[in-house]
Amino acid sequence: MAYALCFLLFVIGLYCVVVKKNMVKIVIGIMVMEYAVNIFLIMIGYRAGGRAPIAAADDVLAGGGLSDLFVRSCVDPLPQALVLTAIVISLGSLALMISICIRTYERYGTFDITEIRRLKG
Amino acid sequence: MSVFYVLLLLILIASLIAIETRDLLSSVICIGAVGFGASLMFLFLRAPDIAITQIVVEVLGLIILIRATISRDLTFISGDREFFGLVVSVVIILVVFLAGMEVLAGLGRFGMPVMARVPDAASAAYIEGGLEKTGAANVVAAVILDYRAYDTLGEATVLFTSIIGATVILRKEAKEALSEA
Amino acid sequence: MNGMTVIVKTISSWVKVLIIVFGVYIVLFGHLTPGGGFAGGVILASSYVLLMLAFGRRFVEDNLPLSLASKLDCLGAFLFMIIALLGFAYGGAFFANFLYRHYLPGDRFALISAGTIPLSNMAIGLKVGASLFLVILTLSVFRPSSDEPGGRGV
Repeated sequence: MAYALCFLLFVIGLYCVVVKKNMVKIVIGIMVMEYAVNIFLIMIGYRAGGRAPIAAADDVLAGGGLSDLFVRSCVDPLPQALVLTAIVISLGSLALMISICIRTYERYGTFDITEIRRLKG
Repeated sequence: MSVFYVLLLLILIASLIAIETRDLLSSVICIGAVGFGASLMFLFLRAPDIAITQIVVEVLGLIILIRATISRDLTFISGDREFFGLVVSVVIILVVFLAGMEVLAGLGRFGMPVMARVPDAASAAYIEGGLEKTGAANVVAAVILDYRAYDTLGEATVLFTSIIGATVILRKEAKEALSEA
Repeated sequence: MNGMTVIVKTISSWVKVLIIVFGVYIVLFGHLTPGGGFAGGVILASSYVLLMLAFGRRFVEDNLPLSLASKLDCLGAFLFMIIALLGFAYGGAFFANFLYRHYLPGDRFALISAGTIPLSNMAIGLKVGASLFLVILTLSVFRPSSDEPGGRGV
């Protein structure tokens, strides 16, 4: 059920990209899709009643390894590693998309994509 | 677990407002609310690294979006596309949603990660060997900078390329503005 | 891009020190507490964005010009590649954690531990911070053609 709400968020972003006419609204739709995918990835790795994957001083055994309780009660660190880079990449791609929007506004005078298709500059 | 449903509901309502409203400033503020709700979700899903990164990236993203939209005089949007295209798009998206629900039913239950079901998953090996083999107490940092450092190299490359692209696209006007000022 | 009032300028010149110290802390302790290079780099960039919004673009550009920011960006990426190649030379594999395994194990939970992980964090923090500062500075140089005189601060 929680996965279904997350997928509904993704589909809302997809609706916005497909249907809307304003370029900035399309960029906002892409951002909503990115948030949905990041939330979904972290939700896959969640363990009910788990703890964050950061070891404290009393999780270490005498031999140097981590205690069994820590390994059995930790959430999955691998999706977190994927999402960490994905969030910073989404900021870079937002900067690129907004710079394209700004140049298009300076060239055509509007954010409306149906107008831009009509004017052949 | 009910806190997740409440937060997801808030995020859904904020995203619907962000998409449907006609004023661009309200849209951008609602995207800020979506990002803040996402950061709270990450905190409750026991991912503090991701929560810190999400909130600071959200702030910079809002500054970039506001810079692009508010200083233009065109802040109001006209209506959607014509009716037939709208209906076809909505029908196709509904089909995509139903197909996705079928796929999601095959995933495990929420709250049971892969490494609890499969005994020799990679994540279990990363957690068990994390402190001994890399010396880092933060297992996520050990994963992104030691076990999977290639992914970090790829991320640095993608960020570098997108920033160069943004700088090149805006460069001509920037040179004119710098030379005249 | 103009600056803001005197109150905003005074407060932001005090607060910027705290933001930079916090950003450096998040980068340095990335292997012990949550954070790491990415979050710390974005925090360092946002301290300069605060200065740009409060004092105006020209003040920040005299302080940290575009050319220096792009050189810092390339330096961060270059340092990351050098750490990887040194891992290949001394550890036998690309990106190997050669400092932890052979030369400098360090104590557990100390600041100097985990080998090349804090060094990689610093390189990534420098790179991400300089990149994001560069892109926001470039976005703010670009002025719209129908801007009223006096500006609105953004």
